[in-house]
Amino acid sequence: MSGLDFSAIDWQEMQEATIATLKMLLYSGIFTIILGLPLGIVLYLSGRSKNMFIRVVYSVLSFIVNILRSVPFIILMVALIPVSKAIVGTAIGVLGTIPALVIGAAPFFARLVETSLREVDRGVIEAAQGMGASTFQIVRRVLLAEARPGLLAGVTITLVTLVSYTAMSGMVGGGGLGDLAIRYGYYRYEKEVMIISVIFMVVLVQLLQIAGDRLVKHFTRK
Amino acid sequence: MIELKGITKVYGKGKRAATALSNLDLSVRKGEIFGVIGHSGAGKSTLIRCINLLERPTEGEVWVDGVDLTRLSRSQLQEQRRKIGMIYQHFNLLSSATVYDNIAFPLRLVKLSKAQIEDKVKDLLSLVGLEEHRNKYPAQLSGGQKQRVGIARALASNPHVLLCDEATSALDPQTTDSILRLLLDINRKLNLTIVLITHEMHVIQSICDRVAVIHGGGIVEQGEVAKVFLKPRHDVTKEFIRSETQQDSPLQAALAGGDLGQAVKITFLGEKTYESTLSHVARGTGVNFAILQGTISTIKDVPYGQLVVRFEGEPAAVASTIAELTAQGLDVEVLSR
Repeated sequence: MSGLDFSAIDWQEMQEATIATLKMLLYSGIFTIILGLPLGIVLYLSGRSKNMFIRVVYSVLSFIVNILRSVPFIILMVALIPVSKAIVGTAIGVLGTIPALVIGAAPFFARLVETSLREVDRGVIEAAQGMGASTFQIVRRVLLAEARPGLLAGVTITLVTLVSYTAMSGMVGGGGLGDLAIRYGYYRYEKEVMIISVIFMVVLVQLLQIAGDRLVKHFTRK
Repeated sequence: MIELKGITKVYGKGKRAATALSNLDLSVRKGEIFGVIGHSGAGKSTLIRCINLLERPTEGEVWVDGVDLTRLSRSQLQEQRRKIGMIYQHFNLLSSATVYDNIAFPLRLVKLSKAQIEDKVKDLLSLVGLEEHRNKYPAQLSGGQKQRVGIARALASNPHVLLCDEATSALDPQTTDSILRLLLDINRKLNLTIVLITHEMHVIQSICDRVAVIHGGGIVEQGEVAKVFLKPRHDVTKEFIRSETQQDSPLQAALAGGDLGQAVKITFLGEKTYESTLSHVARGTGVNFAILQGTISTIKDVPYGQLVVRFEGEPAAVASTIAELTAQGLDVEVLSR
């Protein structure tokens, strides 16, 4: 390609941005799982209940999850600026982005959890009930154990989604590779930085996917 | 041991309500193997699932070991369920756990120590003959082996009752027999009460002490297996036995050409099966007989024989033959004249 000059790239800044992206990914990933996994379990359990009150709880939760999932992340992020300020004291930089990332990704992950739990054989759950297992024991020893490959696949998909969310967060002053790509590539027409940033993100997504697939394969017993 | 009183189960409500069981009573004695046979849709699956309340009956009481399960709280019911083992048609093993971990599952629910679990699982593995498979996953096992794991798991909590929900229906005939032998073995060794449901008369005939025939959500016939099997009264029962012994078609042809004498069905039970009573009696009364059809087999361990013969001779001689056979303790049923 003509007109591209990669010699002007500030590799120091590139490295910092990469680390910032990885940090955002790590923290938001952890909190997304901490929030999304129980939410997914609650969705699964309440969705199967015959109790009218619990059915209402399910409808409400499901409605909230759908809303959060239908709002485009970029808008959600702007809307959540006050929330981020309230939780972590700032709405910019690595720290300021994490609440928005988690609130954007957790409902998505919760749905993936719900779906994988639904895949668990009804008969096995029933056998556990027949053996006198409590609901908590069924969740821990049957549902989570049997759905492990599906849950790991869900984590992988969620992390990949979070990579693109972190990039978008660059639009509203988040840090990392996305921020770099937008500042240099979009505002200053320095395409080189943008290209390298995008390549880094592509590599990151590939690595995540490969690692996730390996884990899923390792835990699949069927 | 198990008493079901007035069990009614209705699925759905209003117009879409479907009655699976209606006002059904059943009682199972301690230490026996009780079989329930019925076609699919007869309600047998619902029935067995009512015994450990996996299915809660709409009406009625479920007494197991002197406790009415329908009146228990959630945690009390969980406690009681540990005393009721269950095995399933599709095994329902944890696919993510090894043979060892599957069998240990109920033990971990009650928080036994590692050493206690190890001891217990080892015993069970040797009971069901799976010692060398302890670290395999269910996907690596054959159907029969999976059911053995299911049995070991069901026995882990030392239950008083074992429920078998079509436990051999997904298995081939040889494997079915080996699983049935194992169940019989367990029943004798542990004096464990077993309730099984099936659609195969063969299963009932092999190991059950008593049988109930379920049809249209109710029990139409029940009693000792030998009695029900040899003297069925209800049409559904007769049909099950016919499909097991495949008797009818050649017999009908033989009876159609049978205006030469009197056809009777003679039933032998126990040691009489192997005695020469029939030829002794016939020689004494001077009648001849032709065997039109016959079965010699066993019900559980009891030998039985059932012969359809045609007597040829003077009517008075034939009558005294029948009287003599009856006097010898055989069951004689006159089929045609």
